[in-house]
Amino acid sequence: MGILDKEFSEGNIVIAKTDDLFNWARLSSLWQVGFGLACCAIEMMATSASHYDFDRFGVIPRPSPRQSDIIIISGTVTLKMATRIKRLYEQMPDPKYVISMGSCANCGGPYWEHGYHVLKGVDRVIPVDVYVPGCPPRPEALLEGLMKLQEKVRNESMIKKSA
Amino acid sequence: MKTSEEILNILKDKFGDSIIELKSDKPIDSFVLAAPLEVDKICMFLRDNSDLQFDSLMNLSGVDDANGEKVKDNKGTETINGGTLSVWYHLESTKLKHKFTLKVSTERAKPEVTSVTEIWKCADWHEREAYDMYGIIFLNHPDLRRILMPYDWEHGYPLRKDYRNPEFYQGMKVPY
Repeated sequence: MGILDKEFSEGNIVIAKTDDLFNWARLSSLWQVGFGLACCAIEMMATSASHYDFDRFGVIPRPSPRQSDIIIISGTVTLKMATRIKRLYEQMPDPKYVISMGSCANCGGPYWEHGYHVLKGVDRVIPVDVYVPGCPPRPEALLEGLMKLQEKVRNESMIKKSA
Repeated sequence: MKTSEEILNILKDKFGDSIIELKSDKPIDSFVLAAPLEVDKICMFLRDNSDLQFDSLMNLSGVDDANGEKVKDNKGTETINGGTLSVWYHLESTKLKHKFTLKVSTERAKPEVTSVTEIWKCADWHEREAYDMYGIIFLNHPDLRRILMPYDWEHGYPLRKDYRNPEFYQGMKVPY
């Protein structure tokens, strides 16, 4: 990771690259949009509650997209909702990340064939960083998805453009 | 407490030809078939008559009977011509503890039924849903808009048996 391994042997000084420091700060306080869609949202709320405690990763629900870093698409995305989700995403400031939670948001899930009202995957309207499989995913799975996202943030650079 | 046969006889005396028949040969609750443009008057009577007192509309739902002629065009797209769409009314009297099922069938080409929102307020959203899913027009409804599908949905009524999903909606690909 590189924040604490270049510590001077004496004194209270740590030397780190700005990338590492800033990324460490960003990945430790990923505020999510206070937003849920379907049954996955129940699991997401369980992840936020005391037993699984999303807050230990610095994730708190922020009731405004303008002050959020991530949006967790937790549930079935209907065509009607997809236009709203796109607007929410556009209202978020950069850098912003998307976790697609559960089969419905990933690919349409059980509605893939006969769901006349369902968008078959939220990646058709906004770019997704992490896909969490499951129907719905257990809180542990969502936590792993978040840790995958943290890994991504950790390896980003302010100078080098990411793909 | 009245049986469907007794209710049928009361309705026959009052409305005559608007009440078509009682069907009790199906493996479901027996139901009465009525004329679609008289259903508001019939329902008002069902609610206000002291022997009936149907104060609760438990459910109102649309059905595509798919009993018309199935036509395939040269692309293999199947459409249904003719036949009927139906609306079912499940009523209950919470005072007299009896239940009653009413059905109206209306032409698929021009599906019009009179609204019962004036009689039971809860019919408002049920009728909007039946309109949204089947395109049944409820005459005299105060606010007949789509309720579930997007307001700008122009690709038909999704629960009709010959419905085809569009390729795109607002630039989003719809099929898998």
